[in-house]
Amino acid sequence: MDVFLFLVFALTAVGCAISMVVQTHPIHGAISLIGVMGSLAMLYLILGGEFIAAAQVIVYAGAIMVLFVFVIMLLNAGREGASRQPRMVLWLGIPVFIGFLSVLSYLVQRVAPKSEPVRFGAFTGGNTHAVGMKLFTDYLLPFELTSALVLIAILGAIVLARKELD
Amino acid sequence: MNFLLLSTIKTAVFAVILLTTLAYLQLVERKVLGHIQRRPGPYRVGPHGLLQPLADVIKLLTKEDLLPSAADRPFFILAPFLAVTLALIPVVVMPFGPELRLFGVETRWQLTDLNVGVLFILAVSSLSVYSIALAGWSSNNKYALLGGLRAAAQMISYELPMGLTVAGVLLVTNTMSLHDIVMHQADYYFGFLPRWHIFQFPSPQAIGFILFMISSFAETNRIPFDLPEAENELVAGFHTEYSSMKFASFFMAEYANMITVTSMATLLFLGGWHPPFPASMGSSFVPALLFLAAGLVTLYHGLNPARPRDRYSLPVFAMAFFALAAVLLIPSVQAALVPIFWFSIKTALLLFTFIWVRGTSPRFRYDQLMSFTWKFLFPVAMLNLLATGLLVALYG
Repeated sequence: MDVFLFLVFALTAVGCAISMVVQTHPIHGAISLIGVMGSLAMLYLILGGEFIAAAQVIVYAGAIMVLFVFVIMLLNAGREGASRQPRMVLWLGIPVFIGFLSVLSYLVQRVAPKSEPVRFGAFTGGNTHAVGMKLFTDYLLPFELTSALVLIAILGAIVLARKELD
Repeated sequence: MNFLLLSTIKTAVFAVILLTTLAYLQLVERKVLGHIQRRPGPYRVGPHGLLQPLADVIKLLTKEDLLPSAADRPFFILAPFLAVTLALIPVVVMPFGPELRLFGVETRWQLTDLNVGVLFILAVSSLSVYSIALAGWSSNNKYALLGGLRAAAQMISYELPMGLTVAGVLLVTNTMSLHDIVMHQADYYFGFLPRWHIFQFPSPQAIGFILFMISSFAETNRIPFDLPEAENELVAGFHTEYSSMKFASFFMAEYANMITVTSMATLLFLGGWHPPFPASMGSSFVPALLFLAAGLVTLYHGLNPARPRDRYSLPVFAMAFFALAAVLLIPSVQAALVPIFWFSIKTALLLFTFIWVRGTSPRFRYDQLMSFTWKFLFPVAMLNLLATGLLVALYG
Protein backbone atom coordinates (compact mmCIF):
# COMPACT_ATOMS: atom_id res chain seq x y z
CA MET A 1 0.00 0.00 0.00
CA ASP A 2 2.79 2.42 0.99
CA VAL A 3 4.76 1.63 -2.15
CA PHE A 4 1.64 2.04 -4.28
CA LEU A 5 0.88 5.45 -2.74
CA PHE A 6 4.53 6.47 -3.08
CA LEU A 7 4.52 5.55 -6.78
CA VAL A 8 1.25 7.39 -7.42
CA PHE A 9 2.40 10.64 -5.82
CA ALA A 10 5.98 10.43 -7.08
CA LEU A 11 4.72 9.95 -10.63
CA THR A 12 2.25 12.83 -10.16
CA ALA A 13 5.05 15.06 -8.92
CA VAL A 14 7.32 14.23 -11.86
CA GLY A 15 4.45 14.52 -14.34
CA CYS A 16 3.44 17.93 -12.99
CA ALA A 17 7.07 19.09 -13.04
CA ILE A 18 7.42 18.13 -16.71
CA SER A 19 4.07 19.74 -17.47
CA MET A 20 5.23 22.94 -15.74
CA VAL A 21 8.23 23.22 -18.07
CA VAL A 22 6.30 22.28 -21.21
CA GLN A 23 3.20 24.47 -20.72
CA THR A 24 3.16 27.64 -22.80
CA HIS A 25 0.69 29.56 -20.67
CA PRO A 26 2.01 31.01 -17.37
CA ILE A 27 -1.13 30.09 -15.40
CA HIS A 28 -1.06 26.48 -16.61
CA GLY A 29 2.60 26.35 -15.54
CA ALA A 30 1.79 27.79 -12.12
CA ILE A 31 -1.02 25.27 -11.57
CA SER A 32 1.33 22.44 -12.53
CA LEU A 33 3.78 23.71 -9.91
CA ILE A 34 0.98 23.57 -7.33
CA GLY A 35 0.49 19.94 -8.36
CA VAL A 36 4.17 19.31 -7.62
CA MET A 37 3.85 20.95 -4.18
CA GLY A 38 0.74 18.95 -3.33
CA SER A 39 2.34 15.64 -4.34
CA LEU A 40 5.44 16.47 -2.30
CA ALA A 41 3.19 17.14 0.71
CA MET A 42 1.63 13.71 0.24
CA LEU A 43 5.12 12.14 0.10
CA TYR A 44 6.02 13.84 3.41
CA LEU A 45 2.80 12.48 4.86
CA ILE A 46 3.63 8.93 3.76
CA LEU A 47 7.05 9.28 5.39
CA GLY A 48 5.48 10.30 8.72
CA GLY A 49 6.07 14.06 8.68
CA GLU A 50 2.48 15.23 9.12
CA PHE A 51 3.42 18.71 10.35
CA ILE A 52 5.82 19.26 7.46
CA ALA A 53 3.13 18.06 5.03
CA ALA A 54 0.56 20.52 6.38
CA ALA A 55 3.13 23.34 6.43
CA GLN A 56 4.10 22.51 2.84
CA VAL A 57 0.50 22.89 1.69
CA ILE A 58 -0.17 26.05 3.75
CA VAL A 59 3.07 27.87 2.91
CA TYR A 60 3.89 26.79 -0.63
CA ALA A 61 0.58 25.84 -2.22
CA GLY A 62 -1.60 28.15 -0.13
CA ALA A 63 0.50 31.32 0.14
CA ILE A 64 3.46 31.54 -2.23
CA MET A 65 1.76 30.05 -5.27
CA VAL A 66 -1.34 32.15 -4.67
CA LEU A 67 0.87 35.22 -5.00
CA PHE A 68 2.39 33.80 -8.22
CA VAL A 69 -1.06 33.20 -9.71
CA PHE A 70 -2.19 36.59 -8.46
CA VAL A 71 0.70 38.41 -10.16
CA ILE A 72 0.25 36.47 -13.40
CA MET A 73 -3.46 37.31 -13.42
CA LEU A 74 -2.74 40.96 -12.58
CA LEU A 75 -0.21 41.34 -15.41
CA ASN A 76 -2.59 39.43 -17.68
CA ALA A 77 0.34 37.49 -19.14
CA GLY A 78 -0.65 35.70 -22.32
CA ARG A 79 0.44 32.52 -24.04
CA GLU A 80 4.14 32.40 -24.85
CA GLY A 81 5.04 31.78 -28.48
CA ALA A 82 7.90 29.46 -29.45
CA SER A 83 11.06 31.48 -29.96
CA ARG A 84 13.11 31.06 -33.13
CA GLN A 85 15.97 28.90 -32.02
CA PRO A 86 18.59 27.21 -34.15
CA ARG A 87 17.96 23.51 -34.68
CA MET A 88 21.29 22.76 -33.04
CA VAL A 89 19.83 23.60 -29.59
CA LEU A 90 17.41 20.70 -29.88
CA TRP A 91 19.98 18.25 -31.23
CA LEU A 92 22.65 19.09 -28.68
CA GLY A 93 20.35 19.84 -25.74
CA ILE A 94 18.90 16.38 -25.15
CA PRO A 95 22.22 14.43 -25.08
CA VAL A 96 23.86 17.09 -22.90
CA PHE A 97 20.87 17.00 -20.53
CA ILE A 98 21.03 13.19 -20.24
CA GLY A 99 24.80 13.38 -19.67
CA PHE A 100 24.32 16.01 -16.97
CA LEU A 101 21.70 13.87 -15.22
CA SER A 102 23.95 10.80 -15.25
CA VAL A 103 26.94 12.75 -13.86
CA LEU A 104 24.68 14.20 -11.16
CA SER A 105 23.27 10.82 -10.12
CA TYR A 106 26.79 9.32 -10.10
CA LEU A 107 28.03 12.12 -7.85
CA VAL A 108 25.06 11.80 -5.49
CA GLN A 109 25.67 8.06 -5.18
CA ARG A 110 29.37 8.58 -4.50
CA VAL A 111 29.16 11.52 -2.10
CA ALA A 112 25.95 10.69 -0.20
CA PRO A 113 26.62 8.77 3.02
CA LYS A 114 25.72 5.13 2.93
CA SER A 115 22.75 4.90 5.24
CA GLU A 116 20.02 2.35 5.50
CA PRO A 117 17.20 2.85 3.01
CA VAL A 118 14.10 4.79 3.99
CA ARG A 119 11.36 2.59 5.43
CA PHE A 120 7.75 3.71 5.49
CA GLY A 121 6.40 4.37 8.94
CA ALA A 122 9.81 4.16 10.63
CA PHE A 123 10.06 7.89 11.26
CA THR A 124 7.95 9.23 14.12
CA GLY A 125 9.58 12.61 14.83
CA GLY A 126 7.38 14.51 12.40
CA ASN A 127 4.65 15.70 14.75
CA THR A 128 4.25 19.33 15.74
CA HIS A 129 5.87 18.89 19.15
CA ALA A 130 9.04 17.28 17.76
CA VAL A 131 9.42 19.89 15.00
CA GLY A 132 8.90 22.72 17.49
CA MET A 133 11.48 21.29 19.92
CA LYS A 134 14.06 20.99 17.13
CA LEU A 135 13.29 24.46 15.85
CA PHE A 136 13.67 26.18 19.21
CA THR A 137 16.66 24.22 20.54
CA ASP A 138 19.00 22.77 17.90
CA TYR A 139 18.13 25.15 15.06
CA LEU A 140 17.37 28.33 17.01
CA LEU A 141 20.06 30.49 15.38
CA PRO A 142 19.13 29.67 11.74
CA PHE A 143 15.47 30.15 12.67
CA GLU A 144 16.06 33.62 14.13
CA LEU A 145 18.35 34.59 11.25
CA THR A 146 15.64 33.57 8.78
CA SER A 147 13.15 35.82 10.54
CA ALA A 148 15.62 38.72 10.29
CA LEU A 149 16.02 37.93 6.60
CA VAL A 150 12.25 38.02 6.08
CA LEU A 151 12.08 41.33 7.96
CA ILE A 152 14.74 42.80 5.66
CA ALA A 153 12.78 41.60 2.63
CA ILE A 154 9.60 43.24 3.97
CA LEU A 155 11.44 46.52 4.59
CA GLY A 156 12.90 46.37 1.08
CA ALA A 157 9.43 45.85 -0.40
CA ILE A 158 8.09 48.84 1.54
CA VAL A 159 10.97 51.07 0.39
CA LEU A 160 10.49 50.04 -3.23
CA ALA A 161 6.73 50.62 -3.08
CA ARG A 162 7.25 54.04 -1.42
CA LYS A 163 9.54 55.22 -4.20
CA GLU A 164 6.88 54.40 -6.75
CA LEU A 165 4.23 56.40 -4.91
CA ASP A 166 6.19 59.67 -4.85
CA MET B 1 -16.34 -3.95 13.69
CA ASN B 2 -14.53 -3.77 10.41
CA PHE B 3 -12.79 -0.38 10.17
CA LEU B 4 -13.62 0.05 6.49
CA LEU B 5 -17.33 -0.76 6.96
CA LEU B 6 -17.61 1.55 9.98
CA SER B 7 -15.90 4.41 8.12
CA THR B 8 -18.16 3.95 5.11
CA ILE B 9 -21.30 4.08 7.24
CA LYS B 10 -20.05 7.14 9.13
CA THR B 11 -19.07 8.92 5.93
CA ALA B 12 -22.49 8.24 4.43
CA VAL B 13 -24.28 9.57 7.54
CA PHE B 14 -22.08 12.68 7.71
CA ALA B 15 -22.47 13.39 3.98
CA VAL B 16 -26.27 13.12 4.14
CA ILE B 17 -26.44 15.40 7.21
CA LEU B 18 -24.05 17.94 5.72
CA LEU B 19 -25.74 18.13 2.33
CA THR B 20 -29.23 18.41 3.85
CA THR B 21 -28.01 21.18 6.14
CA LEU B 22 -26.48 22.93 3.12
CA ALA B 23 -29.74 22.84 1.18
CA TYR B 24 -31.85 24.00 4.10
CA LEU B 25 -29.35 26.63 5.27
CA GLN B 26 -30.04 28.38 1.99
CA LEU B 27 -33.78 28.27 2.66
CA VAL B 28 -33.24 29.51 6.23
CA GLU B 29 -31.14 32.38 4.91
CA ARG B 30 -33.85 33.44 2.48
CA LYS B 31 -36.52 33.13 5.17
CA VAL B 32 -34.57 35.12 7.77
CA LEU B 33 -33.62 37.80 5.24
CA GLY B 34 -37.26 37.97 4.23
CA HIS B 35 -38.43 38.49 7.78
CA ILE B 36 -35.69 41.11 8.40
CA GLN B 37 -37.08 42.94 5.36
CA ARG B 38 -40.69 42.43 6.53
CA ARG B 39 -41.77 39.96 3.84
CA PRO B 40 -42.47 36.22 4.22
CA GLY B 41 -39.65 34.89 2.00
CA PRO B 42 -40.17 31.71 -0.11
CA TYR B 43 -43.76 30.62 0.53
CA ARG B 44 -45.14 28.80 -2.54
CA VAL B 45 -43.41 25.42 -2.75
CA GLY B 46 -44.70 23.21 0.04
CA PRO B 47 -45.98 24.44 3.43
CA HIS B 48 -44.20 27.72 4.27
CA GLY B 49 -41.84 27.13 1.33
CA LEU B 50 -40.28 24.07 2.98
CA LEU B 51 -39.76 22.23 -0.33
CA GLN B 52 -38.06 25.23 -1.97
CA PRO B 53 -34.54 23.67 -1.87
CA LEU B 54 -35.78 20.67 -3.90
CA ALA B 55 -37.38 22.97 -6.45
CA ASP B 56 -34.13 24.97 -6.67
CA VAL B 57 -32.09 21.82 -7.30
CA ILE B 58 -34.42 20.72 -10.11
CA LYS B 59 -34.34 24.20 -11.63
CA LEU B 60 -30.54 24.40 -11.53
CA LEU B 61 -30.07 20.88 -12.91
CA THR B 62 -32.34 21.43 -15.88
CA LYS B 63 -30.95 24.84 -16.87
CA GLU B 64 -28.73 25.15 -19.92
CA ASP B 65 -25.03 24.85 -19.07
CA LEU B 66 -23.27 27.60 -21.03
CA LEU B 67 -19.57 27.44 -21.83
CA PRO B 68 -18.17 30.79 -23.08
CA SER B 69 -16.30 30.26 -26.35
CA ALA B 70 -13.28 32.32 -25.25
CA ALA B 71 -12.99 30.65 -21.84
CA ASP B 72 -10.07 28.48 -20.82
CA ARG B 73 -11.97 25.20 -20.99
CA PRO B 74 -10.14 22.87 -18.54
CA PHE B 75 -9.87 25.45 -15.76
CA PHE B 76 -13.37 26.78 -16.36
CA ILE B 77 -14.68 23.28 -15.61
CA LEU B 78 -12.13 22.54 -12.87
CA ALA B 79 -12.85 25.67 -10.79
CA PRO B 80 -16.40 24.85 -9.53
CA PHE B 81 -15.42 21.23 -8.95
CA LEU B 82 -12.44 22.40 -6.87
CA ALA B 83 -14.62 24.88 -4.97
CA VAL B 84 -17.18 22.33 -3.81
CA THR B 85 -14.61 19.58 -3.09
CA LEU B 86 -12.38 21.79 -0.95
CA ALA B 87 -15.41 23.19 0.86
CA LEU B 88 -16.70 19.73 1.83
CA ILE B 89 -13.34 18.17 2.87
CA PRO B 90 -12.87 19.89 6.30
CA VAL B 91 -15.82 17.97 7.75
CA VAL B 92 -13.55 14.91 7.76
CA VAL B 93 -11.62 16.02 10.85
CA MET B 94 -14.41 17.77 12.76
CA PRO B 95 -15.67 16.20 15.99
CA PHE B 96 -19.40 16.75 16.50
CA GLY B 97 -19.72 14.84 19.74
CA PRO B 98 -17.97 12.54 22.20
CA GLU B 99 -17.68 8.75 22.14
CA LEU B 100 -20.80 6.93 21.04
CA ARG B 101 -21.83 3.37 21.88
CA LEU B 102 -24.31 1.90 19.46
CA PHE B 103 -25.20 -1.83 19.08
CA GLY B 104 -22.06 -2.75 21.01
CA VAL B 105 -19.79 -0.74 18.73
CA GLU B 106 -17.79 2.09 20.26
CA THR B 107 -16.96 4.96 17.96
CA ARG B 108 -16.76 8.75 17.88
CA TRP B 109 -18.94 11.44 16.32
CA GLN B 110 -15.96 12.18 14.10
CA LEU B 111 -14.62 10.61 10.92
CA THR B 112 -10.96 10.79 11.84
CA ASP B 113 -8.94 12.54 14.55
CA LEU B 114 -5.75 13.90 12.96
CA ASN B 115 -3.04 15.10 15.32
CA VAL B 116 -2.66 18.11 12.98
CA GLY B 117 -6.42 18.60 12.57
CA VAL B 118 -6.35 22.39 12.91
CA LEU B 119 -3.53 22.71 10.37
CA PHE B 120 -5.41 20.37 8.02
CA ILE B 121 -8.41 22.69 8.00
CA LEU B 122 -6.21 25.77 7.53
CA ALA B 123 -4.40 24.04 4.64
CA VAL B 124 -7.61 23.08 2.87
CA SER B 125 -9.12 26.53 3.32
CA SER B 126 -5.93 28.18 2.04
CA LEU B 127 -6.26 26.09 -1.14
CA SER B 128 -9.83 27.21 -1.74
CA VAL B 129 -8.52 30.58 -3.00
CA TYR B 130 -7.60 28.83 -6.23
CA SER B 131 -11.15 27.86 -7.09
CA ILE B 132 -12.29 31.49 -7.04
CA ALA B 133 -9.14 32.92 -8.64
CA LEU B 134 -9.21 30.33 -11.42
CA ALA B 135 -12.93 30.81 -11.99
CA GLY B 136 -12.37 34.53 -12.40
CA TRP B 137 -9.40 34.13 -14.69
CA SER B 138 -10.63 31.29 -16.92
CA SER B 139 -13.96 32.99 -17.71
CA ASN B 140 -12.08 35.52 -19.87
CA ASN B 141 -14.34 38.31 -18.66
CA LYS B 142 -13.14 41.56 -17.10
CA TYR B 143 -15.72 41.56 -14.30
CA ALA B 144 -14.96 37.95 -13.45
CA LEU B 145 -11.21 38.64 -13.49
CA LEU B 146 -11.58 41.64 -11.17
CA GLY B 147 -13.72 39.55 -8.82
CA GLY B 148 -11.16 36.74 -8.82
CA LEU B 149 -8.29 39.14 -8.10
CA ARG B 150 -10.20 40.77 -5.26
CA ALA B 151 -11.05 37.38 -3.80
CA ALA B 152 -7.44 36.22 -3.92
CA ALA B 153 -6.11 39.40 -2.26
CA GLN B 154 -8.86 39.40 0.36
CA MET B 155 -8.54 35.75 1.31
CA ILE B 156 -4.73 35.93 1.68
CA SER B 157 -5.03 39.05 3.83
CA TYR B 158 -7.70 37.70 6.17
CA GLU B 159 -6.04 34.31 6.55
CA LEU B 160 -3.32 35.99 8.64
CA PRO B 161 -5.47 37.31 11.53
CA MET B 162 -7.47 34.08 11.40
CA GLY B 163 -4.33 31.96 11.73
CA LEU B 164 -3.03 34.14 14.56
CA THR B 165 -6.23 33.84 16.60
CA VAL B 166 -6.21 30.06 16.09
CA ALA B 167 -2.58 30.06 17.28
CA GLY B 168 -3.76 31.71 20.53
CA VAL B 169 -6.08 28.76 21.19
CA LEU B 170 -3.28 26.31 20.34
CA LEU B 171 -1.03 28.03 22.90
CA VAL B 172 -3.67 27.46 25.58
CA THR B 173 -4.49 23.84 24.68
CA ASN B 174 -1.03 22.62 23.68
CA THR B 175 -2.51 20.27 21.05
CA MET B 176 -3.70 20.44 17.44
CA SER B 177 -6.17 17.57 17.55
CA LEU B 178 -9.67 19.02 17.44
CA HIS B 179 -11.02 16.31 19.75
CA ASP B 180 -8.41 17.13 22.40
CA ILE B 181 -9.07 20.86 22.00
CA VAL B 182 -12.75 20.28 22.80
CA MET B 183 -11.93 17.95 25.70
CA HIS B 184 -9.70 20.73 27.11
CA GLN B 185 -12.87 22.82 27.57
CA ALA B 186 -14.80 20.12 29.42
CA ASP B 187 -15.15 21.26 33.03
CA TYR B 188 -16.70 24.23 34.88
CA TYR B 189 -15.22 27.02 37.00
CA PHE B 190 -16.96 27.45 40.38
CA GLY B 191 -19.34 24.66 39.33
CA PHE B 192 -21.28 26.74 36.80
CA LEU B 193 -19.03 28.83 34.48
CA PRO B 194 -17.99 26.64 31.51
CA ARG B 195 -14.25 26.35 30.78
CA TRP B 196 -14.81 27.36 27.16
CA HIS B 197 -11.84 29.14 25.67
CA ILE B 198 -13.65 32.48 25.56
CA PHE B 199 -13.86 32.28 29.38
CA GLN B 200 -10.54 30.49 29.84
CA PHE B 201 -8.52 31.48 32.91
CA PRO B 202 -5.87 33.01 32.98
CA SER B 203 -5.84 33.78 29.23
CA PRO B 204 -9.41 34.22 27.92
CA GLN B 205 -9.73 34.08 24.14
CA ALA B 206 -12.81 36.34 23.85
CA ILE B 207 -10.95 38.90 21.70
CA GLY B 208 -9.59 36.04 19.63
CA PHE B 209 -13.14 34.76 19.10
CA ILE B 210 -14.35 38.14 17.84
CA LEU B 211 -11.35 38.51 15.51
CA PHE B 212 -11.90 34.96 14.27
CA MET B 213 -15.54 35.68 13.46
CA ILE B 214 -14.67 38.93 11.62
CA SER B 215 -12.03 37.24 9.49
CA SER B 216 -14.31 34.30 8.82
CA PHE B 217 -16.87 36.70 7.32
CA ALA B 218 -14.14 37.78 4.90
CA GLU B 219 -12.90 34.24 4.27
CA THR B 220 -16.37 33.13 3.20
CA ASN B 221 -16.89 36.27 1.05
CA ARG B 222 -20.02 37.30 2.92
CA ILE B 223 -21.47 40.76 3.48
CA PRO B 224 -19.94 43.11 4.70
CA PHE B 225 -16.87 41.73 2.91
CA ASP B 226 -18.48 40.30 -0.24
CA LEU B 227 -16.42 42.43 -2.64
CA PRO B 228 -15.53 39.52 -4.97
CA GLU B 229 -19.17 39.46 -6.06
CA ALA B 230 -20.22 43.07 -5.45
CA GLU B 231 -23.15 43.17 -7.85
CA ASN B 232 -23.35 46.92 -8.30
CA GLU B 233 -19.72 47.06 -9.50
CA LEU B 234 -18.90 43.64 -10.95
CA VAL B 235 -22.22 42.16 -12.25
CA ALA B 236 -21.74 38.95 -10.22
CA GLY B 237 -17.96 38.88 -9.75
CA PHE B 238 -16.05 35.67 -10.29
CA HIS B 239 -19.10 33.58 -11.21
CA THR B 240 -20.52 35.99 -13.83
CA GLU B 241 -20.06 33.50 -16.67
CA TYR B 242 -21.25 30.43 -14.79
CA SER B 243 -24.68 28.91 -15.14
CA SER B 244 -26.63 25.80 -14.14
CA MET B 245 -24.89 23.31 -11.80
CA LYS B 246 -21.51 25.04 -12.11
CA PHE B 247 -23.04 28.17 -10.59
CA ALA B 248 -24.75 26.02 -7.97
CA SER B 249 -21.37 24.50 -7.04
CA PHE B 250 -20.05 27.94 -6.06
CA PHE B 251 -23.24 28.57 -4.14
CA MET B 252 -22.91 25.24 -2.29
CA ALA B 253 -19.23 25.95 -1.59
CA GLU B 254 -20.11 29.28 0.01
CA TYR B 255 -22.62 27.66 2.36
CA ALA B 256 -20.31 24.73 3.12
CA ASN B 257 -17.56 27.21 3.99
CA MET B 258 -19.96 29.01 6.31
CA ILE B 259 -20.71 25.74 8.09
CA THR B 260 -16.98 25.00 8.32
CA VAL B 261 -16.00 28.32 9.89
CA THR B 262 -18.91 28.35 12.34
CA SER B 263 -18.14 24.76 13.39
CA MET B 264 -14.49 25.76 13.82
CA ALA B 265 -15.50 28.73 15.99
CA THR B 266 -17.69 26.41 18.09
CA LEU B 267 -14.93 23.83 18.48
CA LEU B 268 -12.10 26.27 19.16
CA PHE B 269 -13.81 28.89 21.33
CA LEU B 270 -17.29 27.80 22.42
CA GLY B 271 -16.54 24.40 23.91
CA GLY B 272 -17.77 22.16 21.08
CA TRP B 273 -20.44 19.81 22.40
CA HIS B 274 -20.09 20.79 26.07
CA PRO B 275 -23.28 22.34 27.51
CA PRO B 276 -23.19 25.91 28.90
CA PHE B 277 -24.13 24.73 32.40
CA PRO B 278 -23.40 21.37 34.06
CA ALA B 279 -25.59 18.27 33.73
CA SER B 280 -26.17 18.39 37.51
CA MET B 281 -28.11 21.63 36.87
CA GLY B 282 -30.24 19.86 34.27
CA SER B 283 -28.61 20.77 30.96
CA SER B 284 -29.41 17.28 29.60
CA PHE B 285 -33.14 18.03 29.76
CA VAL B 286 -33.04 21.23 27.69
CA PRO B 287 -33.74 19.54 24.30
CA ALA B 288 -36.68 17.59 25.78
CA LEU B 289 -38.05 20.80 27.33
CA LEU B 290 -37.72 22.64 24.01
CA PHE B 291 -39.65 19.94 22.18
CA LEU B 292 -42.27 19.93 24.95
CA ALA B 293 -42.70 23.71 24.62
CA ALA B 294 -42.96 23.41 20.83
CA GLY B 295 -45.59 20.69 21.26
CA LEU B 296 -47.60 22.81 23.72
CA VAL B 297 -47.57 25.85 21.41
CA THR B 298 -48.64 23.73 18.44
CA LEU B 299 -51.38 22.07 20.48
CA TYR B 300 -52.71 25.46 21.65
CA HIS B 301 -52.91 26.73 18.06
CA GLY B 302 -54.51 23.45 17.01
CA LEU B 303 -57.25 23.87 19.62
CA ASN B 304 -57.77 27.55 18.61
CA PRO B 305 -57.37 27.17 14.83
CA ALA B 306 -56.76 30.21 12.62
CA ARG B 307 -57.66 28.18 9.52
CA PRO B 308 -60.06 25.21 9.39
CA ARG B 309 -57.38 22.68 8.39
CA ASP B 310 -55.20 23.62 11.39
CA ARG B 311 -57.71 21.76 13.62
CA TYR B 312 -56.46 18.46 12.17
CA SER B 313 -52.84 19.14 11.14
CA LEU B 314 -51.45 20.96 14.17
CA PRO B 315 -52.45 18.40 16.86
CA VAL B 316 -50.65 15.72 14.80
CA PHE B 317 -47.49 17.84 14.86
CA ALA B 318 -47.97 18.44 18.59
CA MET B 319 -48.14 14.66 19.20
CA ALA B 320 -44.94 14.24 17.14
CA PHE B 321 -43.17 16.88 19.26
CA PHE B 322 -44.36 15.22 22.49
CA ALA B 323 -43.09 11.85 21.20
CA LEU B 324 -39.68 13.38 20.41
CA ALA B 325 -39.55 14.97 23.87
CA ALA B 326 -40.37 11.59 25.44
CA VAL B 327 -37.67 9.85 23.39
CA LEU B 328 -35.14 12.46 24.54
CA LEU B 329 -35.92 11.56 28.18
CA ILE B 330 -34.55 8.01 27.72
CA PRO B 331 -31.07 8.07 29.36
CA SER B 332 -29.22 6.17 26.59
CA VAL B 333 -30.69 8.37 23.84
CA GLN B 334 -29.85 11.41 25.95
CA ALA B 335 -26.20 10.38 26.27
CA ALA B 336 -25.91 9.97 22.49
CA LEU B 337 -27.86 12.97 21.23
CA VAL B 338 -27.62 15.78 23.80
CA PRO B 339 -23.95 16.63 22.94
CA ILE B 340 -24.94 16.82 19.27
CA PHE B 341 -27.79 19.13 20.25
CA TRP B 342 -25.45 21.55 22.03
CA PHE B 343 -22.96 21.51 19.16
CA SER B 344 -25.71 22.16 16.61
CA ILE B 345 -27.35 24.92 18.61
CA LYS B 346 -24.07 26.83 18.98
CA THR B 347 -23.22 26.44 15.31
CA ALA B 348 -26.77 27.42 14.35
CA LEU B 349 -26.59 30.59 16.44
CA LEU B 350 -23.33 31.59 14.73
CA LEU B 351 -24.86 30.82 11.32
CA PHE B 352 -27.82 33.00 12.24
CA THR B 353 -25.34 35.79 13.04
CA PHE B 354 -23.95 35.45 9.53
CA ILE B 355 -27.42 35.87 8.04
CA TRP B 356 -28.34 38.63 10.48
CA VAL B 357 -25.25 40.66 9.52
CA ARG B 358 -26.07 40.14 5.84
CA GLY B 359 -29.56 41.47 6.40
CA THR B 360 -28.49 44.57 8.31
CA SER B 361 -25.11 45.89 7.22
CA PRO B 362 -23.81 47.53 4.03
CA ARG B 363 -20.72 46.54 2.04
CA PHE B 364 -17.22 47.91 2.67
CA ARG B 365 -15.30 49.83 0.04
CA TYR B 366 -12.32 47.90 -1.28
CA ASP B 367 -9.57 50.13 0.20
CA GLN B 368 -11.42 50.14 3.54
CA LEU B 369 -11.45 46.36 3.47
CA MET B 370 -7.70 46.15 2.97
CA SER B 371 -6.69 48.85 5.44
CA PHE B 372 -9.08 47.35 8.02
CA THR B 373 -7.31 44.00 8.00
CA TRP B 374 -3.72 45.20 7.67
CA LYS B 375 -3.88 48.25 9.94
CA PHE B 376 -6.34 47.07 12.57
CA LEU B 377 -7.19 43.36 12.56
CA PHE B 378 -3.65 42.04 12.05
CA PRO B 379 -2.00 44.16 14.82
CA VAL B 380 -4.78 43.35 17.27
CA ALA B 381 -4.51 39.63 16.51
CA MET B 382 -0.74 39.89 17.00
CA LEU B 383 -1.17 41.63 20.38
CA ASN B 384 -3.75 39.02 21.39
CA LEU B 385 -1.28 36.25 20.56
CA LEU B 386 1.52 37.99 22.48
CA ALA B 387 -0.70 38.58 25.53
CA THR B 388 -1.88 34.96 25.46
CA GLY B 389 1.70 33.74 25.21
CA LEU B 390 2.76 35.92 28.13
CA LEU B 391 -0.14 34.77 30.33
CA VAL B 392 0.42 31.11 29.46
CA ALA B 393 4.13 31.48 30.23
CA LEU B 394 3.42 33.19 33.57
CA TYR B 395 0.50 31.13 34.87
CA GLY B 396 0.03 28.23 32.44
